[in-house]
Amino acid sequence: MSVPGSSLPAQIERLDRARVARRLREPMREERITLSHGAGGKASHSLIEGLIVPTLGPAGAALDEDSAVVSLAGLPAARLAFTTDSYVVSPLFFPGGDIGSLAVHGTINDLATAGAQPLCLSLALILEEGLEVEVLRAVVRSIGEAAIAAGVTIATGDTKVVPRGKADRLFINTSGIGLVAEGLSLSPINVRVGDRVLLSGPIGDHGIAVMLAREALEIEADIRSDSAPLHRMVADVLAAAPSTRAFKDPTRGGVATTLNEIARHAGVAIAIDERRIPVRADVRAACEMLGLDPLHIANEGKLIAIVPAAEADAALQAMRAAAHGADAAIIGEVLEGPQDMVLLKTEAGGSRVLDMLVGDPLPRIC
Amino acid sequence: MIGEPALRFVDEYRRPELIGPLVREIEQRSEGRTLKIMEVCGGHTHAIYKHGLEDLLPKSIDLVHGPGCPVCVIPMGRIDDAIALARQPGVIFTTFGDMMRVPGSKGSLLDAKAEGADVRFVYSPLDALKLARQNPDRQVVFFAIGFETTAPSTAATVLRARAEGLGNFSVFCNHVIIVPAIKAILDSPGMQLRGFIGPGHVSTIIGLRPFDFVPERYGLPMVVSGFEPTDILQSIVMILRQIDEQRPSVENQYARVVRNDGSAGGLAVLAETMELRPFFEWRGLGFISQSAMKLRPEFAEWDAEARFAVPGVRVTDPKACQCGEVLKGVIKPWECKVFGTACTPDRPIGTCMVSPEGACAAYFTYGRYSLMKRAGQEVPVSS
Repeated sequence: MSVPGSSLPAQIERLDRARVARRLREPMREERITLSHGAGGKASHSLIEGLIVPTLGPAGAALDEDSAVVSLAGLPAARLAFTTDSYVVSPLFFPGGDIGSLAVHGTINDLATAGAQPLCLSLALILEEGLEVEVLRAVVRSIGEAAIAAGVTIATGDTKVVPRGKADRLFINTSGIGLVAEGLSLSPINVRVGDRVLLSGPIGDHGIAVMLAREALEIEADIRSDSAPLHRMVADVLAAAPSTRAFKDPTRGGVATTLNEIARHAGVAIAIDERRIPVRADVRAACEMLGLDPLHIANEGKLIAIVPAAEADAALQAMRAAAHGADAAIIGEVLEGPQDMVLLKTEAGGSRVLDMLVGDPLPRIC
Repeated sequence: MIGEPALRFVDEYRRPELIGPLVREIEQRSEGRTLKIMEVCGGHTHAIYKHGLEDLLPKSIDLVHGPGCPVCVIPMGRIDDAIALARQPGVIFTTFGDMMRVPGSKGSLLDAKAEGADVRFVYSPLDALKLARQNPDRQVVFFAIGFETTAPSTAATVLRARAEGLGNFSVFCNHVIIVPAIKAILDSPGMQLRGFIGPGHVSTIIGLRPFDFVPERYGLPMVVSGFEPTDILQSIVMILRQIDEQRPSVENQYARVVRNDGSAGGLAVLAETMELRPFFEWRGLGFISQSAMKLRPEFAEWDAEARFAVPGVRVTDPKACQCGEVLKGVIKPWECKVFGTACTPDRPIGTCMVSPEGACAAYFTYGRYSLMKRAGQEVPVSS
């Protein structure tokens, strides 16, 4: 029952071709924006790489998705990290956080994963006509508290009101500026074969907490978002493991998508062991019931670090000693090949490819 | 896992120390031959890839992925009908998330939603019923798909809608039944299967008896299986023992969930609300007689096909798409002309590439590594 060209090497060659094709900039083929374009998975990549970057042209040549690190004339030693992010989570309040604290933590974490010490944030609010003032007050109070706790200020801001129905209650944009220490270079491009992959704690809490708060699924579980700032943990890990190659925070698309991005940037394979990945029992149970994979669920307070093997234990101890890092683990390592792929050794002892998120299991989680 | 005991009924079926002995028995019993075994149910296909089981199995076992993925068997014409319903003024069209991305002849429900149709995804028909109560001035239509597993919950929802006198709720019924599809596969030319891993969830409703024809008429083993790694491996062992001992029969590996007589309650609500369609089109398999269900005429008020005009136009599957051959197990997903190139999970052509239970999506997502291993490209995994 074989067809021409179906020998094993031929199949693998076809898969390789497909894989290489996916690395190239995906054209944006859809005629309208769908919710998938906001999910952080493959469609989001095609929106950014296939439409925004090429259409911006030369102005966007240095565009970086998380934080841009720029050198400024007159600031020879340190460099500036600059980032922006918008927040549209529904509901506005969920166990473990709200849109306000999320808007502070998310932007701080984009700076932190570039190795920057956050300095200040901007705050832009888009309010829907009819929003209860008490709701706005609670969100702004949460923003203030989160900023103080993280040691940043709100330096500038803007407010717009749109007619009823033109926004869903309240959207937030925050931008952030931070300082990157002299000589520090963090990038997936630095990743080398043999490096270890560290994860700072249990995954999937944020996505599942928001989903349960929204969907009235009648699953009784006390699952709270992990929303938290990561810059202090990053500083501690860098102090303990100065040769750290790269940091990422696995938000939309989860750990699986983030590791795939690292593997593709670095042109390496990453192998992780399912049994070492911390997942809370109630999150795992909710995922089993809903048919979701915790590896594809968003986090808002977790750090992935790629660290040379020699410094991995020191980095792990630093993570575990930091706030929100008690359950940190070394979950895998960097391999030479198959390039651009993430492999998962399953609980059962088999192994498989772990791909990016496709489609959107849970829209509007951040 | 953290802080709490293992997940009961999950972790104990994934323990590596239980898996080794099963794999060894499979190796011993299948040595020196190649045996094609079909897992009928898409849930099994998904589990096989999710847990990397093909990687553990010897080359002598060739798992063939069957037609039991409810998303995969829906033909394009029915998707077009669904989109037409979703575009009716005043309609809230509700569907399981998987169906949103399935392409019809002119786009998917996700595209229709982006163009302004009110399409919402729900986790159960009862969620759709709730929407109907909350929106008395709108018409809520539920896109009912699935085998006998999900049909009783659709049936119970229709009964509840009638009891509550809800006039703004209806069901676009696409429920299919598994036995005619298995028969179609067994009767197709070139059939080389030596046994079936039987559908665990369907069997909770219909029991084991409907599968008696498999050993009786075709002399093949059928083992109804659970969905954890040890379940599937043990079911393969049971099939191999039946082959070795030349006693084809229907056996129940999933006895902790499946009763031999099925669910009397589930069958009763089905019988009360639904009847067989004379025929129904299956994606790739064509028209199969008495293979699907519709609401009985006395429930016409809750039948979207009776309440609204649907085009009902048959649409030929795209030429390049070989979902039918994949569903019949005639070719492997990667033998399809468009697999992994024109057809990928984010831009599917065929239904098999859409659902995580679809054979092509499962292969694309999880299967590449086992292919490479089989070709001798050993890849070390983190120790």
